[in-house]
This record gives sequence, C-alpha cells and structure tokens, in this order.
Amino acid sequence: MLSLPQRYPTFTHGVHPPESKDDTRALGIRQFPFAPVLVFPLSQHIGKPAVPVVREGEEVVRGQVLARADGFVSVPQHAPASGVVRRIGLVPGIAGKMVTGIYLEPYPGSSQEVAEGEPCDLDTASPDEIVAAIQAAGIVGLGGAAFPTHVKLRPPAGKSIDTLILNGVECEPYLTTDHRVMLEQPADVHTGVRYLLKATGAARALIGVEANKLDAAEALQRTIPDDLPVAVRVVQVKYPQGAEKMLITALLGKDVPSGGLPADVGAVVVNVATAAEIGRLLPHGRGIQERVVTLTGPAVGRKGNYRIPVGTPLRFALEQVEVSGDVSRVFLGGPMMGQALSSLDIPITKGTSGFVAFTHAETGAGREEYPCIHCAYCVDACPIHLNPSQLGLLAKVADYERMADEFHLLDCFECGACSYVCPSHIPLVQRFRSAKALVRALRSG
Amino acid sequence: MAKAGKTLEIDTSPHIASGASVDTIMRNVVYALLPVCAFSVYVFGFAALVTLAAAISSCLVTEHLLCRWRGAASTLGDWSTAVTGVIYGLTLPPALPVWMVVLGGVIAVGVGKFLFGGLGYNAFNPALVGRAFLQAAFPVAMTSWYPALAADRFSGLPASSLTYPFATPVYDALTGATPLAAMKFDGEVTATLDLATGLTAGSTGETGGILILAGGLYLALRRMMNWRIPLAILATVFALSGVMHLVAPADYPDPVFMLFSGGLMLGAVFMATDMVASPMTNAGCVVYGVLIGALVVVIRLWGGMPEGVMYAILLANAVSPHIDNLLQPRVYGTRKASGGSS
Repeated sequence: MLSLPQRYPTFTHGVHPPESKDDTRALGIRQFPFAPVLVFPLSQHIGKPAVPVVREGEEVVRGQVLARADGFVSVPQHAPASGVVRRIGLVPGIAGKMVTGIYLEPYPGSSQEVAEGEPCDLDTASPDEIVAAIQAAGIVGLGGAAFPTHVKLRPPAGKSIDTLILNGVECEPYLTTDHRVMLEQPADVHTGVRYLLKATGAARALIGVEANKLDAAEALQRTIPDDLPVAVRVVQVKYPQGAEKMLITALLGKDVPSGGLPADVGAVVVNVATAAEIGRLLPHGRGIQERVVTLTGPAVGRKGNYRIPVGTPLRFALEQVEVSGDVSRVFLGGPMMGQALSSLDIPITKGTSGFVAFTHAETGAGREEYPCIHCAYCVDACPIHLNPSQLGLLAKVADYERMADEFHLLDCFECGACSYVCPSHIPLVQRFRSAKALVRALRSG
Repeated sequence: MAKAGKTLEIDTSPHIASGASVDTIMRNVVYALLPVCAFSVYVFGFAALVTLAAAISSCLVTEHLLCRWRGAASTLGDWSTAVTGVIYGLTLPPALPVWMVVLGGVIAVGVGKFLFGGLGYNAFNPALVGRAFLQAAFPVAMTSWYPALAADRFSGLPASSLTYPFATPVYDALTGATPLAAMKFDGEVTATLDLATGLTAGSTGETGGILILAGGLYLALRRMMNWRIPLAILATVFALSGVMHLVAPADYPDPVFMLFSGGLMLGAVFMATDMVASPMTNAGCVVYGVLIGALVVVIRLWGGMPEGVMYAILLANAVSPHIDNLLQPRVYGTRKASGGSS
C-alpha cells in the first residue's frame, strides 16, 4: 500500500478551478472506429515538419512510415490504418490556416494488422540507440506540448540528468486521459521508465500524481518491478501543478533557473502517457498510430476517454460522441490553456489530449471589463511570481521592453491563472501572449 | 451535432473564470460596513442617519453626473462609489452641517477619484480626500462632536445639521469631546470598555471598534481585503505606544486606549485597505501598514492634533506605488533559496 503524507508537496501560489473530471474519470478507455478519411498535417510536433515518403495513390499498411523525420528536432509519422494515400496537399491546421499534409483513406475491409518494425531491445540497446528508437517511433510529448521526446533526453553539454520525472499530474480541468492511462497501463509506464532511465542515464525516476488520482497512484505503486528505482509521489491538487517547473519544484524542492532547462537542476520531465507509449511501442518497433483523448464538456453526449487513430477529423469524432446542437465553443485541451477552434475540420494529432465542448450556457454571459483595482489576486495566483497587474498596465501602454527587461515577461508560460482570478475580467494572459510574440520578433529581427 | 457552417465562438484561454468580480468585492465591503452604520445610527440618532444619507447620495450623484458629462456609461454599477460614500460618511462628525457633507462628497468623488482617472487610478482613498478638504476648510465644524447616546437623538436633528450654507453652525450646549481630544488637551482617560463598545463621542462610524473588526474579519475571510495591512497598523501602534507608555506612563496613554480610540480601527480596517491605493505584494502591505502605524503614533503623541489617522493613510497612499516598486515579487527561478513549500 502507498503510504500517503497528510500534506502533499506543491509549489507556491496557483489557483483551484473546479476539477470537472467526474464525468469521465471513471470511464475506461474505449477504442474509436476509423473515420472514412484520415488527415495528417506534416507538422504535428515542434520542430521541422516531416517529409512525405509515400506518393499519391500508393497503398500503405498500418504502421508504415508516411513521412520521415527531417533532422534531429523532428519526428516521423506512421499510418494508423491500412489504406490508400488519396492526396498530398493542403489540410486544415489547428491555428485556422491550411498546412501541408497527407489524406489517407482506410480500407474498410482490411484486417488492419500492424506492420512491425525493428524492436528496440532494452538489454542490448545503447542509450543512443534508445534515443534513436524513440525518435523513429514518432514520439512527442503527449501532454499537449508535442515537443519531440528524444530531444529532451540528451542533456545539453556540461549538464547531467540524475532524476527522471514522469508527469502524471493532469491539472487541467476536464481532462482524464493521463488518469486512465496510469490506471489501465501501469506496466507500460514502468517499461517506458526503463527505456527512459537507460537513455538519460538518470539514477532514479519519480512519478508525480495529483492527489485527486490516488487510484492511479496506487495502481502504479502496486506494479513497480522490484529492480526498478522508481517512486510514486502524490502532489497537491492545484493548477498549474502539471507545469514542468511547478512539478520539479514540488518533487525536488528546487527551482529551475529563469531561462534555464530542467537539466540545470539535473532533471528531465516526461509526460506519463508518453512514457506509457514508449513502453508499449518500442518492444515491437512500432510507431504512434493512435492516442487517448478525452472528449467531454456539457455539449458532449457520450463523454469519455477514447483511443483514437491519429488523423481522425474532429468533426467525425464529435459525431461519434453525439455533440449537441447548441454547442458554442470547442477547444483543444483543457479550459485553462486550451485553444478555441474556429473549425471542426481539423484532425486529431499527437499533441491532442482532449476536446472540451461548451454550450451557450457556459459561454453566453458576457463579462464587463473593469479597470485594474490592484487587488493583487493575480500576484497571488502567478506560479512564476510575476506581477501580472503591473505587466497588464505596461501592456496597455505598449511598453514591451520594460515588460521583458524589468518584469520578466518571457518567464510567463501562459498558464492563465491571472486571467482566471481577475475580478476586473482583464484578458491578462492574452496580452502577455501578444507581448511575448512582439518581444521575440523585435529581438530576433 | 454541429452542422457545417454552424458558428463557433473564438475566444482566448482561459475559458473558465473564478467568478470574482469588482462589483462583488465592492458590494461585500458595503455589506461589511452595514453593521457599523447601523450602530452609528443607534449611538448618534438621526444626526448620523442624515450624515450618512447625505454622504452616500452626494458621492453617487457626483459620480453619475461626471460619467454622463464625459459621455461615458454610468459606473455606479461597480459599487466602488457606494463604498467611498459609506466610508466618507462614517468619517464625519455626526452633526456636521449637511451642506458641508454634500460639498465634501462632491470633492471626494470629483477630485479624489474622477480627476485621477476614475476607479483604479485614484492615488488616494477618495473618501479621505473629501474629509481632508473639509478638515482644512471647516476646522471648527470638523472638530465639534455630538455626544454619544444623547437622549433626544431620535426626536430631531441637532441644530448644526441644518445650518444654511456658509452660515456659522450653532452647536447645542452638549457637545462632547472625543476620547483622544480629552486625553490630549485635558489629560482625561476614557474607560477602555466604553471605547471598545463605541459609546463615546467621535466620528459617525469610528466608535464601534468591535463591529469594525468583525466587518474586517468577514472581508479577510472572503479574501476581499489583505489582512496584513490592518494587522501591521494595529501591531505597530500597539508596540510603539506600548513602549512610550512603559517609559512614561503619566505622559502617554496605554496602548489599548490607542487602539480603540479615534479613527484608528475604521481607518486601519476599511480605509488603509483600499485596494487601489495600497501596495500589491504582501511584503509591501506590511511595510505600508507599519508606516501608517508609526505615523499615527507620532501625530497623536507629538503632533498638534489629537488624531492623525487620516493624514497617516493619505501619506502612505502617496508612497504606496514606490513601496510596490521596491518590493516586487521575487520571480521564480531568480530566487537564491530553493522553493518547494506551499
């Protein structure tokens, strides 16, 4: 049994939005059917887009590589279904504009057996070979960032990694994918930990789980193999506990230096579902073909956690789960950081952890914006200890240089806690997003 | 199902909010002040009722007319002017001529708030700006006190309340001295129990110390007030005056008397805590509170006036932005010591 301390570790500040996870947290992962057409943007990850290695009209087998990685900071893409490549051209992107991608039409009658690749043998593979295998499997951060995982595993020159941290916090309201993966695939997580420990050279692994998922923490704790140096650590329920820096502070008691990387405190953080996918795929030499997605929100009829083929159009997915007619807003990810979508024609990609659909009841009431009254709620909410009120006033007068130089604008990771608590309803985080983009443009130009 | 062509709303994250709102905060400040108002009417009768009504309505009307004049929507809905009106009324002598009350209300909102740019931009607590104006313009009227629990307090208004504008107010024979003035000028000490329960002469709302603390506790528990400010003020006053009392008990009053006399409670709990005019960081709030407490003790014990809460708060309001500048929060990742606690 897991012995639980009375008071769980955490970071300072933060907010407590309603968890809204009750609708889906107890629902097991269910397999989704294939859509009539699957759509793959070549850039589902941070870094260089993948390069197609198939032709229009070519038949592909499930598991086959559709596009190869272009350099180190890039990952390949695999076919989640046997079928035919219909077209290579423009596909709808998440940001609302068209991007290059591949249309694949699955064969309805196919047995959909998976083509296996070269297995990565844990005992014989070198750390570099494991890193290469993780890249070859097309693995990116499944928590939503979609940063190629293998890139993180190589610490910058002069740094070393002693602790591997698995992020099973899932602090965004509504989302329950990591929760279900931890409950249902604890052995995959531990296998993934083995690969990751060997790849990074870390001496130990810590799995951080928020205290609202004690069942998941116990499932992981119960299944730890005797020889694996991994410990499950329960952390306090608070947003944004799942942010990389906040989790490191909670588990290691150290702050990542401003502008630095987790490697500066000897850590690397990998999402728990990413680890599970590594543990599931590498022994078979397979690539990512599907992922677990929470489809939920008041506008969704059949809420749940679904294993959905990558490339499934959102419109098809929402039809399957019976979205109601008065849906007014759909966003990708949780309600704190998720991006509202202008179109339902975008596909589910590797970085998609969930979709939440709101009706007019949730979005209808307009909120009047008042002037800043210096209540300091945002100051007490900001996990980075910025002064959002001051930054907001500077954004209003377009003093972006001072925001960056004196008030650490670039340390903001846009968690939205300031906007969430603001009684004047000032869109603080949106102003910071714009300001950050402008500062970066000014500095690179 | 969402059909093709169906309109989806686009908005930036976060898509949920805590529900906190400026008007809710301000409304709760008014709620917290209602027991204080009711008590002041009980102690000072119709005089207090008329003073409060004139103060609140003059502030509200001024705000409304200024918004209209500027061609903007009325901002009465944010309840901030109601807060100013109530606090302003509570700081005035109960039998102050009504025309003075109205004039001060116009100054409080017109000069103290509107000239600075309205809600969120007022450098000083507007209620205290109005009161400071009256103190400078009408020093005698502002220090003429109606006695507590006067027998005829519900049978009519004191003559002074109804003085014609610019005429010299006539006071009934029975004007009381405030405990602070009695202390300062006559060396008389008022019983502490009378002070705490508010049965003394004084400004309309400053005497009910216990009710004021209860209101402050309510706001602090609802996180609508930074409790560090009143705590720092009261602790500083207690400590400094306590030291002086120990050194020379004959010359300086005891610290409990200092806490419950004059406008200290009302000022510490409801005026120094004006969010707009006080610092934002917790460390800044403590510095600000200590500054106010020290100024109050200095003015009361060595200044020419019996009371100094108003000037102490106004001075601290003026330096509040500088306190904020000097005590910015320590940004994550720039701290020397490691974090990790909550």
